[in-house]
Amino acid sequence: MNITFIIASFVAVLATIMAITRYNLIHALLYLVISFLSIAIVFFVLGAPFVAALEIIVYAGAIVVLIIFVIMMLNLKEESVEQERIWFSRKVILGPSILSIVLLGELIYILLSHETTALTTQAVDAKSVGLSLYGPYIIGVELSGLLLMSGVVGAYHLGRQKKKVQHRFLENQTT
Amino acid sequence: MDDATISHLLITFGVLAGLLLVAPGLIWLERRLLALWQDRYGPNRAGPFGLLVVLADTLKLFFKEDWIPPFADKKVFVLAPAIVVITVLLSFVVIPFAPGIIVADMNIGLLFFLAMSSMGAYSIILGGWSSNNKYALLGSMRGAAQLISYEVFMGLSLMGVVLMTGSFSLIDIVEAQRYQWFIVPQFLGFVIFLIAGIAETHRLPFDIPEAESELIAGFHSEYSGMKFGLFFVGEYIGIMLISSMVTVLFLGGWYGPSFLPPLAWFIIKMFGFIFFFILLRASLPRPRYDQLMEFGWKILLPLSLLNLVVTGGIILWMNTH
Amino acid sequence: MFSIVRSMWLVFLHMFKKRVTIQYPEQKAKLPARWRGRIVLTRDPDMGERCVGCYLCAAACPVDCISLQATQDESGRRYPAFFRINFSRCIFCGYCEEACPTYAIQLIPDFEMGEYNRQNLVYEKQDLLIDSQGKYPGYNYYKVAGMAIQGKEKGAAINEEKPVDIHSLVP
Repeated sequence: MNITFIIASFVAVLATIMAITRYNLIHALLYLVISFLSIAIVFFVLGAPFVAALEIIVYAGAIVVLIIFVIMMLNLKEESVEQERIWFSRKVILGPSILSIVLLGELIYILLSHETTALTTQAVDAKSVGLSLYGPYIIGVELSGLLLMSGVVGAYHLGRQKKKVQHRFLENQTT
Repeated sequence: MDDATISHLLITFGVLAGLLLVAPGLIWLERRLLALWQDRYGPNRAGPFGLLVVLADTLKLFFKEDWIPPFADKKVFVLAPAIVVITVLLSFVVIPFAPGIIVADMNIGLLFFLAMSSMGAYSIILGGWSSNNKYALLGSMRGAAQLISYEVFMGLSLMGVVLMTGSFSLIDIVEAQRYQWFIVPQFLGFVIFLIAGIAETHRLPFDIPEAESELIAGFHSEYSGMKFGLFFVGEYIGIMLISSMVTVLFLGGWYGPSFLPPLAWFIIKMFGFIFFFILLRASLPRPRYDQLMEFGWKILLPLSLLNLVVTGGIILWMNTH
Repeated sequence: MFSIVRSMWLVFLHMFKKRVTIQYPEQKAKLPARWRGRIVLTRDPDMGERCVGCYLCAAACPVDCISLQATQDESGRRYPAFFRINFSRCIFCGYCEEACPTYAIQLIPDFEMGEYNRQNLVYEKQDLLIDSQGKYPGYNYYKVAGMAIQGKEKGAAINEEKPVDIHSLVP
């Protein structure tokens, strides 16, 4: 097994656990970024450098930045951390953590048992990604395009401003 | 160790040492050039041509009190200035300075550069947020919006070059420009990339996250000592990064008339763009924040999409005929 | 868009223009004759002190940096016993020069007065007094105004001209 892959996957798991258990939202998001970066390395090792780069550019570089952007504007203080601490009790996380520990155990078992085929180190370059996106998976691309378009339209509708009128004499003027 | 490993190590440390030595030198260069364009002398007392002012500046930064505000988020506050230097230095990994002088030739070099520049946004955001200061927060919010927006145009403007080369590797891109630099067929892409690059390094005139006259020093208001120094050095290495990217992508990298070695051509082109950056700072006023956003989304985005579509169409037409 | 390129080009052309700043310690700044700098006390053409200790300069001073004590010599001529200007407070406004009836106190074009010790900025009379007539060479206050001594009014001596009748100057 590739040592880089193992290290990166362990970092990913640890960072994700840290991201879940942090009370401070920004710290949690920082761990999420680290998790994305390690997943990008996993992609890279598995022979998908294009996807790895896109993972960093899109997820770590843009989406998490936007989430942080929103959190900065919310001005969360100590009260929210307290609230989080109350909500995040042992009883609540017991169920999900048992389930995910089972999954993790299965994953480790598969990795150790060598039952899977060896890592396919055949690199998937950008050209083949593009060919498959616009060939067999064109319907998915078009559907996500429609979804994004609806998002754009919604954002435009929310962000539209009424025309500001500086003076009441100018209200009925059309320019 | 065999010869290849040793030479690779030499190149790696050479690039690192070169960058870290030239970056403080740029402070001197910028001050002298700004003085020249403003009919002044600039620093000319310490050492020959005032070059030792670099040393004085560095010593001053080292001996300043390294103060962390008690209201700041300590861990993130310390982390933020490191991110900018790390990401910018990592971006230099993929840049080919001359044939053979490259740290690592990745087949996704261009995407790696974009990824690292998008990670660089974190230093601004986290620095401003962890300072727990109104002005710093305003600066980092502006910075986040600006960097995310201009990353889009930056990526899109580069796709024309990628289409013409058919590869993300920067060495392939340079070698595709042996006979014609991409600045000629991709002039629109060049202009958009240059503007987006200035915005991405938040240099003047797009230094809206810092904006001394409005936000004190923006996202690094609370930083002092060497932490501020890291932001400073990161900005200058960022200038060098954008200049060398423009050189690689649009000006034919190391290609040039053969009376000079390839590395010299690369450095000459890079410094030409550094001069241009400083000229921009000397001559242009800062736009308002909404003007910057409007310019980006209403002018640069359609233009870069148009550039992409037209380039793609012409390449398709040429392949079929 | 064009204006941006134009302004960049114009700034670029400044590369070839003359610099407006000078290399100061080697190359001195050119000061105009009426520059209001260091304050001095000037002398008559016959090297007597011009100051008559009238306190007008101290009264005119907006920051109260001038202090002096008037006294008389045996002929009854007034002069300052001490004259002290605290240059750490002085704002070089020149009001003392305007107020002075005898042109004694004058501001000269010199600004290099830096000191490491603040106390050194308090100038005493021997620091202020210069062996020069300053901006008004040949002017002697007592030649114009006359001088009353014991037992003799102004203009009462044998070879003395009558004092100038100030009311005759009124048109």
